[in-house]
Amino acid sequence: MNYIPNTDADREDLLKVVGVESIADLFADVPEKFRFPDLTLPPALTEMEVLAELQALADENDDVNHLSCFLGAGAYNHFVPKIVDFLIQRSEFYTAYTPYQPEISQGTLQAHYEYQSMIAALTGMEASNVSHYDGATAVAEAVIMALQVGRGKRTKVVLSSTLHPQYREVVHTYTQGMSITAVGEDAPLGDLRALGDLAGKDTACVIVQNPDFLGRLYSPAEMQALADRVHEAGAIFVVSVDPISLGLFTPPGEYGADVVCGEGQPMGNSLSFGGPYLGFFAMKLDDIRKSAGRIVGQTVDTDGERGFVLTLSTREQHIRRDKASSNICSNQALNALAAAIYLATMGKYGVRKIAELTYHKAHYAAKVVDEIEGYAVKSDGPFFKEFVVQCPLPVAEINSRLLDYGLIGGYDLGADYPELKDHMLVCVTEMNSRDDIEALADALAEIGSFQAEDLEGQDELDDVEEVA
Amino acid sequence: MSYKFDEKARYAKSHEWVRLEGDVAVIGVSDYAQHLLSDIVYVELPEVGDTLTKGESMGTVESVKAAEDAYAPINGEVIEVNTELENNPEWVNEDPYGKAWLLKVTPADLAELDEMMDVVTYEAFVKEEDEKGGH
Repeated sequence: MNYIPNTDADREDLLKVVGVESIADLFADVPEKFRFPDLTLPPALTEMEVLAELQALADENDDVNHLSCFLGAGAYNHFVPKIVDFLIQRSEFYTAYTPYQPEISQGTLQAHYEYQSMIAALTGMEASNVSHYDGATAVAEAVIMALQVGRGKRTKVVLSSTLHPQYREVVHTYTQGMSITAVGEDAPLGDLRALGDLAGKDTACVIVQNPDFLGRLYSPAEMQALADRVHEAGAIFVVSVDPISLGLFTPPGEYGADVVCGEGQPMGNSLSFGGPYLGFFAMKLDDIRKSAGRIVGQTVDTDGERGFVLTLSTREQHIRRDKASSNICSNQALNALAAAIYLATMGKYGVRKIAELTYHKAHYAAKVVDEIEGYAVKSDGPFFKEFVVQCPLPVAEINSRLLDYGLIGGYDLGADYPELKDHMLVCVTEMNSRDDIEALADALAEIGSFQAEDLEGQDELDDVEEVA
Repeated sequence: MSYKFDEKARYAKSHEWVRLEGDVAVIGVSDYAQHLLSDIVYVELPEVGDTLTKGESMGTVESVKAAEDAYAPINGEVIEVNTELENNPEWVNEDPYGKAWLLKVTPADLAELDEMMDVVTYEAFVKEEDEKGGH
């Protein structure tokens, strides 16, 4: 079958217009040796053979459908009800384009409006936009918004050292060349007071994560104390949060946050090797005009019937392109829709139930892991679903061995926090059964004990594993 | 199309007006400007204590179809901002020379007002602009 619609005669005509004899003449400027390189490709396969080959490659992947996962660090393996995929696959929702024309986009607009309403309720804030690319860019947009509110007079940004390291990197990327000063990243881990001390007249915002990157959960009182310090300085208090944790714990809106943002993936979006995800962004109404992205509002049409429109998209391309403080001009509509369907399916009680299951399983796991010789749980404060484990071996080595047990180990903290070399961030969700957790504990014990026995060689180690 | 004008005000080519009330210069946007913008939904203003630099942006007037900068018609220091516009942006459409004043300013140099258009000149200027614009 020929997929190229133009005929030989068409091509002749086109070449004549251009004034060359053959198609090869069009490439005369490319040095000859590069023109038709020998690609040394294997012989062509049939469609059936290609499918079989790709399937075989895919089967080599280690994924959460076949292994138990104890890896989190920003992307979380929560259950995604089947209704989510079923509904987002409806063709009416298949567009990434902005619903600028309300007369043809009521369904999409209403879905966005409901997403916003649920995010606002979950975070305890007054308003929510319809998403950013991911948690990292949502945090970066909060910084840009705070700088706008600071009107060039406030150029200092305080970043907690336990804000996700990759979020901090994205903040630095977004603010390149903006002559801002970022401080706080070398403050003692988890020291909210030290962050508060950094806020002054020149500070645009202070950003913390709760639970933080190391899993530590800060109490509403601790957070409120920091919020007060930040507000005294006239700065904006930004809290990055795990949305699932809000099923159980106080929403940041109740302890003084001006912006609540974070990674929305845990709400109905599968891990998908890192994306596409969505960033949620909720705020108080005060500075809504300085925020990026778009907000859908409810209104009435000429007949008095309920309808939905893009209420706020002024910082976007069509009205204020030259004045926009952010280049964001697309959102993660389908991912936000998945989050909305997830929240609607779960309901208030369901989200709480997931959070409870997650909390209890994580605490059970921390207890059994802490009992293993050679390992110590280092999270002394309260935590939600992640905790730090000091290991007897390099984390990379443990993780590679855990794969043999059908387990995906935790995050290696040493790369981001040199003081936490040989420390693993273990994540437990409702997806990890008691058996999984005990299997992890047993595997860690075995891996640790090989080390303790100081076996002579690798061969011997392999033998022991086979016997086991 | 006929527009409203304030006889006591002086005008800038970018359609801002200035009216001297004692030592204070009151600044707003003209009726013609609000007509061009249509329904105003938001007015963004500087803060008290800010310095206005003639010809530079002093705020933004945003309508359902556009967001336009308002330019400082004179140099001076902002002493009062019409914060009521935050909740009543439609006043700019309804009463651009009255309750929709934007700023009160201590002028740096009163002579700058003389360089601006008087109402007769501005009316002629608007007429010309209007014809060019095909309204």
